[in-house]
Amino acid sequence: MVTDMTKQKSDTDNTKTAGDVTSDKLVAELVNVYYDKAHVIKDVSLTIQPNTVTAFIGPSGCGKSTFLRLINRMNDYIDGFSKTGSILIDGADIYDRKVRVEDLRKQVGMVFQKPNPFPKSIYENVIYGLRIQGINNKAVLDETVERSLRRAAIWDEVKDNLNKSALSLSGGQQQRICIARTLAVEPSIVLMDEPASALDPISTAKIEELIYELKTQYTIIIVTHNMQQAGRVSDKVAFFYIGELIEFSETKEIFINPKKELTQNYITGRFG
Amino acid sequence: MSRRFDGNRIKDKVFQWFGIACTLFGLLMLAVFLISVLKEGIPRLNAQFFTSLPSRKPEEAGILIPLFGTIWIMVLTSLVAIPLGVASGIYLEEYGKKNRLAALIEINITNLAGVPSIIYGLLALEIFVRILGLGKSLLAGSLTLALLILPIIIVATREALKAVPKTIREASYALGATKWQTTWFQVLPASSGGIVTGVILAISRAIGETAPLIVIGAMLYITTIPSSPMDDFSVLPIQIFNWLSRPQKGFIINATAAIIVLLAITFILNGIAIYLRNRWQKKVKW
Amino acid sequence: MKTKERIIEWVLLLCAGVSILTTAGILWVLISESSVFFSRVPITQFLFDKQWTPLFDDKHFGIMSLVAGTMLTSFIAVGVALPIGLTIAVYLNEYAPKSFRKTIKPVLEILAAIPTVVYGFFALMVVTPFLQGIFPQMGGFNALSPGIVMGIMIIPMISSLSEDALYAVPTSLREASYGIGASRFQTSFRVLVPAASSGIIVSVILAISRAIGETMIVAIAAGQQPRLTFNPFVPVETITTYIVQVSLGDVVQGSLEYQTIFAAGIALFVLTFILNNISFYIKKKFQEKYE
Repeated sequence: MVTDMTKQKSDTDNTKTAGDVTSDKLVAELVNVYYDKAHVIKDVSLTIQPNTVTAFIGPSGCGKSTFLRLINRMNDYIDGFSKTGSILIDGADIYDRKVRVEDLRKQVGMVFQKPNPFPKSIYENVIYGLRIQGINNKAVLDETVERSLRRAAIWDEVKDNLNKSALSLSGGQQQRICIARTLAVEPSIVLMDEPASALDPISTAKIEELIYELKTQYTIIIVTHNMQQAGRVSDKVAFFYIGELIEFSETKEIFINPKKELTQNYITGRFG
Repeated sequence: MSRRFDGNRIKDKVFQWFGIACTLFGLLMLAVFLISVLKEGIPRLNAQFFTSLPSRKPEEAGILIPLFGTIWIMVLTSLVAIPLGVASGIYLEEYGKKNRLAALIEINITNLAGVPSIIYGLLALEIFVRILGLGKSLLAGSLTLALLILPIIIVATREALKAVPKTIREASYALGATKWQTTWFQVLPASSGGIVTGVILAISRAIGETAPLIVIGAMLYITTIPSSPMDDFSVLPIQIFNWLSRPQKGFIINATAAIIVLLAITFILNGIAIYLRNRWQKKVKW
Repeated sequence: MKTKERIIEWVLLLCAGVSILTTAGILWVLISESSVFFSRVPITQFLFDKQWTPLFDDKHFGIMSLVAGTMLTSFIAVGVALPIGLTIAVYLNEYAPKSFRKTIKPVLEILAAIPTVVYGFFALMVVTPFLQGIFPQMGGFNALSPGIVMGIMIIPMISSLSEDALYAVPTSLREASYGIGASRFQTSFRVLVPAASSGIIVSVILAISRAIGETMIVAIAAGQQPRLTFNPFVPVETITTYIVQVSLGDVVQGSLEYQTIFAAGIALFVLTFILNNISFYIKKKFQEKYE
């Protein structure tokens, strides 16, 4: 486990330019995405700092989810997908031919719109990411389960029932199990695709609180439909509209003083 | 107006009773049939019947050899058909979804499922018995039946895999799992109930098959229990067919007794399959 | 890791390829053996001669008499299974309480799970004696009894496929009919059955195909006398029974008699292949209609 982690770190370190320690976590440059002929992302460039929460907002079909899924290459499985431009994480192009998608995804975790725990025990859910890396040491696994569940703020609720099926939990608990499962792999970036959209207000509040805390250790990118949510959890907001990045700036800035009229119209609810 | 309305109501009622009658007809036939078999055969089901070799005298004959043959066939056929069938199902559902080759294989499997079982016998007679030189052995018989039930297992596997939601696969990929890891650790376990059900039904079908085995020449007079896959064999359905074609009443009674044994095995397998299917459907609610 | 994934994919593909090999094998075996047969027996005789006597001294190779036996038993089977199966489908779909439907379906499926050799026994030992009580002129071997028993066997096939087709009819259509005051009977037979007709036809074609390929019931109860007749009371021989008959004897491999079973096999294969593909074609068109 330990050797594995350091190896992974040094791999990424090699690709960094010297003295770039505090540099950008993620840099996207002139990214275009096509599904067959449909042009769904148009010339998007943005830069994300480490240990921040960035919210992607915009009306349905604006490309925010597509862009999010570019970052862990989940679009690779979609038929007719193609892209131009580059996305760098810690200075390395994630679409480089030498990159193994599986390694990228260990570094860039993802939490989905609907809670999707595996139909297995809570314990098995959390350690799955380690199991597939061939880690079977019970002590390491136990320790990871506790640490991940604590970080996902669900340890106290489930610590006595780790062998219970994850499907028996409530939707909000399931989603936090999914977050714990993602954190167990020790990613540096966590992508969240409307993580609270299927949850009740109390569960949503818990998830938002959690996002705020996770920021200290991870870089978080969250897609949300909910303007208030974006306002509450994020440091920066990116507004997408029909495949274009219309505006990208500090959260306060974009809500108080949007530069574009389109952004203004969207956040004031004139269309959605 | 009201008269016509009444006419319709009567038609409705009549049809309802007719529907019940038709539904019960099937059950009635099943009952008549089971009773007639049980009445004739049960007295014959004693220890001697299970432990005896074939004989010219009906009261001395038994099903020891065909019973062993059926068990052998069940095991060998499973060993060949399950891995092949499940692997094919996985390929078609998880890997080759869009390519042309997969489309060709798919059409092919649908067609194979409709090929009469006796045609598989002709295939096996030429390929397994003659060209590969396996003779009339257990292995030749098992391979024949394995090919016969392959389409059933493939279709059942695909249905079960299809029922696993996409989100499970995505969750696994997002944690850095490869395609095979995702299939092996998540998709297969989640679909295992459906696959096992399909496999059991297919095996049950295989042990009831007679025609293809007759074609490869398994209708033999054997006096030793098969001890290796290369041995000659007989199975319960063939023994039943054999006894049915004898004129003596004693052999007909033997046939009914053997039918009870064969039906018992078939019903137990089907019962397990139905039980597993219900449990699986109840347990898995996405 | 990547190589491992590759290898696994190839292994899976190879397994899936077995089914292609099976088809290729079937075609090759049937064609190669029967081509030898047709080099010795003119195809016109095969198709038009009225007698099938390859095992006698006066040899005739007219497949028609085997086809006639096959068709006769199959049509009797479908004649039994279609009305009963379709009625069950309509009844379970529109009339029966849900709980009844849930318990009755697996029980009906048992009918399809019973080994065919067992049905053969049923035809020979139960149904034939019973029918002989009604029709004294009927022979111990005949087409009627195995035909009826085959029909019972394929009832679940027709009922479940037809029920699926009826179930797939959009609820809006059903509601529209009830909405204008139609009874369940009228709704079923004026709206649902016509709307589901292609699915029902598919079930019937597949049932015919199944009956044509059925072997043990006819081999046990229909006799082994090929004849060009539609009389259900006399012994007949089907294509499948002929193959069984030859397999039971000691026919020398490579002899003309041996090749006849492959010629008979190819006739059987062609018949079922055509029927199956007609049903796929209809099914495909039918699916497009509702999507």
